[in-house]
Amino acid sequence: MSDAAQPIVAITNVDVSMGSSAILNRVSIRIHPGERVAVLGANGAGKSSLLRLMNALLDPSSGNVVAPAAAEQALIFQRPVLLKRSVRDNVVFALLARRTTADVANRVTDEALAACELAPLAHRYARTLSGGEQQKLALARAWALTPKLLLADEPTANLAPAAVHAVEMILRRMCEGGATIVLATHNRGQAKRLATRVIFMADGEIVEDVDAKTFFTSPKSAAAIAYLDA
Amino acid sequence: MSLIVDSALEAIRLMASGDARLMEVAQLSVRVSGTATIIAALIALPLAAWLVQTRSAVRAPVVVMLNACMALPPVIVGLVVYLLLSRSGPLGALGWLFTPNGMIVAQTVLITPIIAALARQTLDDAQLEYRDLFGSLGLSRWQSVATLLYETRFSLLIVLLAGFGRAIAEVGAVMMVGGNIAGETRVMTTAIALETSKGELASALALGMVLLLIVLVVNALAQSAKTWIGRRYV
Amino acid sequence: MKTLRRFNARAAVVALLLTCAAPSVQGTSIIVASTTSTEQSGLFAHLLPAFEKASGIKVKVVAAGTGQALDIGRRGDADIVFVHDPMAEERFVADGSGVSRTAVMYNDFVLVGPGSDPARAAGADIVSSFKAIFSARTNFVSRGDKSGTHAAELRFWAQAGVDPLTTKAAWYRDTGSAMGAALNTAAAMNAYVLTDRATWLAFKNRRDLKILVEGDSRLFNQYGVILVNPKKHAHVKAQAGQSFIDWLVSADGQSTIASYKIGGAQLFFPHAKK
Repeated sequence: MSDAAQPIVAITNVDVSMGSSAILNRVSIRIHPGERVAVLGANGAGKSSLLRLMNALLDPSSGNVVAPAAAEQALIFQRPVLLKRSVRDNVVFALLARRTTADVANRVTDEALAACELAPLAHRYARTLSGGEQQKLALARAWALTPKLLLADEPTANLAPAAVHAVEMILRRMCEGGATIVLATHNRGQAKRLATRVIFMADGEIVEDVDAKTFFTSPKSAAAIAYLDA
Repeated sequence: MSLIVDSALEAIRLMASGDARLMEVAQLSVRVSGTATIIAALIALPLAAWLVQTRSAVRAPVVVMLNACMALPPVIVGLVVYLLLSRSGPLGALGWLFTPNGMIVAQTVLITPIIAALARQTLDDAQLEYRDLFGSLGLSRWQSVATLLYETRFSLLIVLLAGFGRAIAEVGAVMMVGGNIAGETRVMTTAIALETSKGELASALALGMVLLLIVLVVNALAQSAKTWIGRRYV
Repeated sequence: MKTLRRFNARAAVVALLLTCAAPSVQGTSIIVASTTSTEQSGLFAHLLPAFEKASGIKVKVVAAGTGQALDIGRRGDADIVFVHDPMAEERFVADGSGVSRTAVMYNDFVLVGPGSDPARAAGADIVSSFKAIFSARTNFVSRGDKSGTHAAELRFWAQAGVDPLTTKAAWYRDTGSAMGAALNTAAAMNAYVLTDRATWLAFKNRRDLKILVEGDSRLFNQYGVILVNPKKHAHVKAQAGQSFIDWLVSADGQSTIASYKIGGAQLFFPHAKK
């Protein structure tokens, strides 16, 4: 928040609709470098759509989105999408897709796998990894890309507690390395552990947008109070 | 029942003795259908790749047409190719009627729609799975398609085997275009048809068993190729 | 090495010049459109090696019904047609598709049917046998494929005063198939069927079928051979084709035809009118 004039993401008055149904409604957000933002809300509140909007996988129907170029972002899905290749080749592929030279790709891949504790599994077939290992591989792929903005869409849903912890460790380290993170999650504990700021959504609208401590100690809206009590 | 036993014994005898005429016929079957499969793949896979990434208005009608063409009757393909390659037809100057080349053309026409339609669906399904990943990695349309082709390589191998199976098993097209000339254009299926019309049912069934065995061997080879490719993963 | 290569090159040039100077039919191949009876009876397998040895010309046989064989010739897709429907052959020559018809051999048709002969069709007169089948309405299998055999069958029905095609009767099975396939069908249905003797003798799946009528002079089955007209189709290998025709009617060719036997029975009888 040192440079309030230069947000990394600036969303202004965005509506997104598909057919007749509104998916996002009058959304405006500014996110600054180094922030760790948790996006909370019930299923269908619009969390994933907000992330996809930032990643340009979703186009606004109206309004304006300014976000880093695709090459400066990385996106982590709830269900990791892995290629039918080795663990290592999954990471190399992402780097080569970004036009990295083969030498650099090989070196960075080894670093990323080491950082995500996957080095011993480097030559395993990616699709045979456990759920936690698969998500760590998706993170390694993101790690290798050294994104300015990391978008994580419920990255630990369906994972065992040990795997959740490992994934959070990697996310934290990426933040310490300078990445700005936007994390959609159902896990309130995770939001408390990782986030400096909370955006609470309901029915495609942003209901609250405050710092994490304030959100968890004194939520203002009825929807947020009901959500935290549930 | 004795007919089945007789034919099985005859099949074993033919193969064990390495019967020269059988080997020639079997080799031609594999050569013609194998070549047709390769040519069909070279046409069908790029077509499927184009269909997967295009937003053109012709996409939907082309997809429906390809799917429908999977049901092309071999004799119709045979008749049309026969008329095209006939000395009185537009491609008569090639002199390909009653030659293996003509048979390759007919089988290529027959299986290109099958390979294209199945490959298109395979790639479309994979695209649904990978679209967001490719989008987030900033892949271009053609990079995405190239990656999809590689990611679906095992499924596409099965698609090619389906095309090969259809080609080597059909009799209508090769009979018309090849003419079942002994030592020239006689393949397994036309030889079976000939044996049947001679009333040599045991011999016809024996050839049928040999044909199944050939198809089995080709599929086993494909399976080991797949295993071999997968072997570099721990 | 060098001298050897030069020698080879010189030999190649000499060979090339020789080839140009004396165009030879050696090593060429011709396509013969013929009938299923000649192919399926095994005659060609017996005949062709002898001709190929004598002439060095390879013969490729496409076996079809007489109607289709003539059509293949008419389109210029064969060099020779070798069929058995004299009237259709004369038309083929008359419309300019063929050069001229040469009689080669004959065999004969036989009527085969169930051993129990429910229509009492057995005898020496083919037309009265057809009448008997019609009155009994027993199953009869027809080739129905415009082949020479089919043409003969229709001739006998006409002589018997019956038009099976317009009666659309259930007993008349129009199978649209080659001789062997029609015999398989007749064997399975225990039906009557007209067949050429050669295919019948070579046919293995007879079940209960037996010869019921033979020897009637109307059952003679004439085979003729025609060179496809090179004036109409320039690519026709007239020289090689003519040498095949010449060989067929030569003493050698005729005796080779006569020597083809199955189980001691002669299938085709030389009949060249010189």
